[in-house]
Amino acid sequence: MTTSLMTQGTSRIGVETKTYFRAADTLFFTFLFPFVMLAIFSAAFSAAGEVGPPGAEVSMGALYLPAMLAAGIFLSGVQNLAIDIAMEKSNGTLKRLGGTPLSPVGYFAGKIGQVFVTGTLQAGLLILAGWLVLGIELPTDPAKWVTFAWVFVLGLTTCALLGIALSALPRSGKSAAAVVIPVGLILQFISGVYLQWNMLPDWLQNFASLFPLKWIAQGMRSVFLPEGWESLEQNGSWNLPGVAIALGIWLVVGFVLSRITFRWIRRDA
Amino acid sequence: MNTTRTDAAVRVRGLRKVYGGVTAVDDLHLDIAHGETFALLGPNGAGKSTTVEILEGYRLRTSGEVSVLGIDPARGGLDWKSRIGMVLQSTGETGLLTVTEMLRHFASLYPNPRDIDEVIAAVGLEAKAKTRVAKLSGGQQRRVDVALGIVGRPELLFLDEPTTGFDPEARRQFWGLIRSLKAEGTTILLTTHYLDEAAQLADRAGVIAGGRLVDVGAIDEIGGAEARTPVVRWRDAAGTTHEVRTVEPGMHVASVVAALGREPDGLEVIRPTLEDIYLGLVRDASTGSASELDDTELDDTEEALA
Repeated sequence: MTTSLMTQGTSRIGVETKTYFRAADTLFFTFLFPFVMLAIFSAAFSAAGEVGPPGAEVSMGALYLPAMLAAGIFLSGVQNLAIDIAMEKSNGTLKRLGGTPLSPVGYFAGKIGQVFVTGTLQAGLLILAGWLVLGIELPTDPAKWVTFAWVFVLGLTTCALLGIALSALPRSGKSAAAVVIPVGLILQFISGVYLQWNMLPDWLQNFASLFPLKWIAQGMRSVFLPEGWESLEQNGSWNLPGVAIALGIWLVVGFVLSRITFRWIRRDA
Repeated sequence: MNTTRTDAAVRVRGLRKVYGGVTAVDDLHLDIAHGETFALLGPNGAGKSTTVEILEGYRLRTSGEVSVLGIDPARGGLDWKSRIGMVLQSTGETGLLTVTEMLRHFASLYPNPRDIDEVIAAVGLEAKAKTRVAKLSGGQQRRVDVALGIVGRPELLFLDEPTTGFDPEARRQFWGLIRSLKAEGTTILLTTHYLDEAAQLADRAGVIAGGRLVDVGAIDEIGGAEARTPVVRWRDAAGTTHEVRTVEPGMHVASVVAALGREPDGLEVIRPTLEDIYLGLVRDASTGSASELDDTELDDTEEALA
């Protein structure tokens, strides 16, 4: 007999979330990073005034709000978990947990729960900061918020599973940050997070479309940018079905890979 | 848990572990009874940790039979893990949770945990209960490891060098804790480098050297009667040291006194400690000889202890 998955999962989410907020490095590089970037971009490019297709111009802050929401989803899921689990693997945390009756499902429930608690808080505060501090106009159409909800949930779940799968790659906890952060940065640059999407050449847009971040960013733009901006997307449309399909495929890939690769310890054959 | 049982808590037959051509453990046989405290002794690299990690389910064996609480550890599920406690060799966890938070969390994973305040008191960390683990001293962190190992009320407890970094007082306190677990019927497998600790706590001990169990027995019998034979040592008038192993040291001293006609210089009657016996066993295994200690070897032993 063991304790229920519900008890274990809830207990895990509690300790995972506490640990997240007590670790200064994750707090900065995962939680606060999108806020810092939003502040920098809206300040640095404020001289550019309003940008966008005629009749649909927005401030730089408004342009970067959906991008930073996408970055937050990516960082909270992929970067956070890939580094966190690799560290736990190398410092003995996982070995100790592997000796307890904690089920691996309970462990993952804790990680994904932590990602959702922190990711939701992050997105909520980003939107609030954009609205209150930068004076960004938020969508009033409920359909836009429905889109936001499913892109957020699907994107965050996919990113969390991919983070778990990626944690199997680094050979040590120390190398994890050195491997994951630069790869993540490159992906953010080519996926329309830091650089305006329509400024990227076609071939780069096509390449970025292979990865999930581009689709999360596109989904977020569809929510927060006014009508007219879809003309700057590939094929001139928000392509929300495409967003759902791409993220759905990556969700399955992440789920399968994390199931295959996860081990409590590097057990010899 | 306290009922008399005929099956062993731990049963190992012909255990063998090979890492890429190197045999770490070879043809190891071992039985540990329910409620028994067993000390596994051996130098670093002798196969002690490999054996324990196979029993804990962390490593897979190459061949042989292993049963821990009636289950093959290579297939031990969550129910099995809930009956076992492990204090692993110390790790480098981030320690961002407090002692109480860690214990409350681990207690939540077990079906029938101990009261966390009682566990914290048992390891002597009441004053540090609200302190983050990272802020504790090495010895205090080790006590947290012990607390996490016993909070699930295990039937079988693995203690891998549990008192590393403890001050003498903390070790005494820890021994008291282990005795109380023992009194409750917990089976304990202890590995340690402190031979006095094994002598204090264990009912039986086994010595691993070169991947084999070279001896196993009650603490006061291990190594055999021969290894416990006292040594009479003295210096003659020329300053030469003599050593004689004898089961009748008093009679021998009397004969030396009679022969010298005076009090011998530097007279000692030495009864080998567990440490002497252990070092003798390990050395015999490494040289491959089963010979008795001769004078020079005994001197080596003395140096090793100095």
